[in-house]
Amino acid sequence: MNVIAAMSGGVDSAVAAALMVDAGHQVTGIHLALASTPDASRTGSRGCCTVEDANDARRVADALAIPFYIWDMAEQFRAEVVDDFVAQYAAGRTPNPCVRCNEQIKFAAVLDRALALGFDAVVTGHHARLEGGTLRRSVDVAKDQSYVLATLTQRQLGLAVFPLGVMTKDEVRREAARRGLLVANKPDSHDICFIADGNTRGFLGRHLGNPTGDIVDDATGTVVGTHDGAHGYTVGQRRGLNLGVPAADGKPRYVLSLSVADNTVRVGPGEALEIGSIRTGQPVWHTGIVPGEPFDCTVQLRAHGLTSRATVTPYEASALIVLDQPQRGIAAGQTAVLYGGSGAETVLGAARIEAADRVLPKVSPGQILG
Amino acid sequence: MTYLDHAATTPMLPAVAAAMAEQFAAVGNASSLHASGRSARRVVEESREAIAAALGARPSELIFTSGGTESDNLAVKGIFWSRRASDSRRRLIVSPTEHHAVLDAVEWLHKHEGAQVSWLPTDASGRVSVEALRACIEEDPDDVALISIMWANNEVGTVNDVAALAEVSAAFGIPVHTDAVQAVGVLPVDVSASGVNALTMTGHKLGGPYGAGVLMLGTDISATPLSHGGGQERDVRSGTLDTPAVRGLAVGVTAAVAERAERATRIAALRDRLVDGVRTQIPEAVLNGAPVDSVVAGGPGRLPGNAHLSFPGCEGDALLMLLDARGIECSTGSACSAGVSQPSHVLLAMGADIERARGSLRFSLGHTSTEADVDHLLEVIPGVVERAQRAGLTGARR
Repeated sequence: MNVIAAMSGGVDSAVAAALMVDAGHQVTGIHLALASTPDASRTGSRGCCTVEDANDARRVADALAIPFYIWDMAEQFRAEVVDDFVAQYAAGRTPNPCVRCNEQIKFAAVLDRALALGFDAVVTGHHARLEGGTLRRSVDVAKDQSYVLATLTQRQLGLAVFPLGVMTKDEVRREAARRGLLVANKPDSHDICFIADGNTRGFLGRHLGNPTGDIVDDATGTVVGTHDGAHGYTVGQRRGLNLGVPAADGKPRYVLSLSVADNTVRVGPGEALEIGSIRTGQPVWHTGIVPGEPFDCTVQLRAHGLTSRATVTPYEASALIVLDQPQRGIAAGQTAVLYGGSGAETVLGAARIEAADRVLPKVSPGQILG
Repeated sequence: MTYLDHAATTPMLPAVAAAMAEQFAAVGNASSLHASGRSARRVVEESREAIAAALGARPSELIFTSGGTESDNLAVKGIFWSRRASDSRRRLIVSPTEHHAVLDAVEWLHKHEGAQVSWLPTDASGRVSVEALRACIEEDPDDVALISIMWANNEVGTVNDVAALAEVSAAFGIPVHTDAVQAVGVLPVDVSASGVNALTMTGHKLGGPYGAGVLMLGTDISATPLSHGGGQERDVRSGTLDTPAVRGLAVGVTAAVAERAERATRIAALRDRLVDGVRTQIPEAVLNGAPVDSVVAGGPGRLPGNAHLSFPGCEGDALLMLLDARGIECSTGSACSAGVSQPSHVLLAMGADIERARGSLRFSLGHTSTEADVDHLLEVIPGVVERAQRAGLTGARR
């Protein structure tokens, strides 16, 4: 194949590109310039857009003797990922920008450009197994990234290659070291790449302002405190609320929901965080067809989150997920990924969480969805 | 491999490499007083005389530098600081199509040193007119510290009538600097006849070494140093002279100037065939800059080796990548530090829209270019442009 290898400057994408070269493919390395201004890619910010990262990627490409270019995707990244991130928070949701970047940039803008330029596929260093259009968790469960890839369509997955899915992270690092790649010991990236200082709250404050609002007791409607911007809070958060009025029952209170319309943060006891059922947007089904019947599977509701068993009822443009055991801290805007098969490691489908309902007596889907 | 990027750098002449290799083996700081030092000094001074003779300058006017960027910075900042200190002049008159070495120095002076900048208008080919310069000076002649207008543009190849422009400024007693990095060895450059007070040139664009250049600075023009130290070059530029590079530069300049007329004719013919061939196959392609037969002051109005073309619906970096994969090396204009290409400030100054600026490529021919290079490009360009157009449409759809 004639492939594009997206090279972030990290160890994973370096080894992924190297394995493709070994396998006899024609590989062209690209590094995505995603920072919004040309200056930003010059000043040393953390994440995936620094000059140091671009240089690391370039040095790896040199070592592999493959061509290397920078693709400027800053405009698309700002429009599709950064602006969306801010808009989602403004709407009281909790987005996952990595999911969005995979959907809209790496396996859309980059993939489309690669195809138009005559390449056959895009290779990345994601930790996930992909065989015959079937996406499975990495053998290294702790580093598995199938969650952030699960909303890709069958077409997108059909044009992607993830060579690292059968390797553990340790094996990847050893492989990089064996080849003498200078990124072998480079630390893993964390945080959100476009928030250089890691301060998401500060970033959102700069974009959305810090309008003062009320913190309200969800049960009584009493104002128990004030906040400077509902976007600074996360559902399930307990610390940093600085509530002036103690709870009647003396128990800790948690953020239950964020209401954008009236800039209100609603708080209540931990039990009120328990989510029993979830409604989603349009799912992607990896079986290629919309399942006709409700089915049982394992669901993951956050990146690095716990999984639980659930019953999923598919609809034409949505799904209802009823959890066997209630979970806390589920936020609209995150992705629900459904796993099944042996060891519950095969991705069956995925969808964006539209609404999470507290534990209620089990109801039929028809009642909730109307 | 088909190398069509001679304006970025051109292969070193074998005679230059040989002269430098010989000099690397010799010890001697040109400022030392003993025999080895005197020997190095002799090489430096003979080189200075050779370069001065080749370019119509006096040896005392040459300041050896590390190349074009340093020469431009020394001229722009050094003369500005000196003129500001001596008679409070603060205005810089500059062409907007200058290389970043001038442009960014000017903008830095504006931001940090209180310089006022008057940007000259250019025509659609990027050329500055005598009338425009005169009008700009006349706005306030007594406040102008320096005029900087390049001899020939590095991106689109447009040549300015430097002698006529210098004549205008001379009438007002204002010094003129010209960046002649692309001109030396390709156009007839005679420093004295041109009337400029400062001229930038560099080695690696004409078959000489990297990291070696000259600022020709009239002996009546004072410039404040950028770096302070031993004051080796007229107390304007400090640093131990790089004797091998200086010698290589002299060999390169001498050869380039001696062979200039013949080579310019030859590469202009190749360039014309390249432009004709591309436009025949891709009728929508646009030649940016002056027409290939443009004439300025009786000489070429466009650098003989320059073909700068826009391909509507394409992105320059996609074209570059596709050509690179087929063994053809060219440029999208001026490279940026992070490898991210920005629309060329030169094309924007010429009035081009962003699409045209983004979809442009610079092919530049030089002393090693052959008919086969042009044939190779003409063979692959239709397929490459078609692919890039498809990719460009993909981008536009989103």
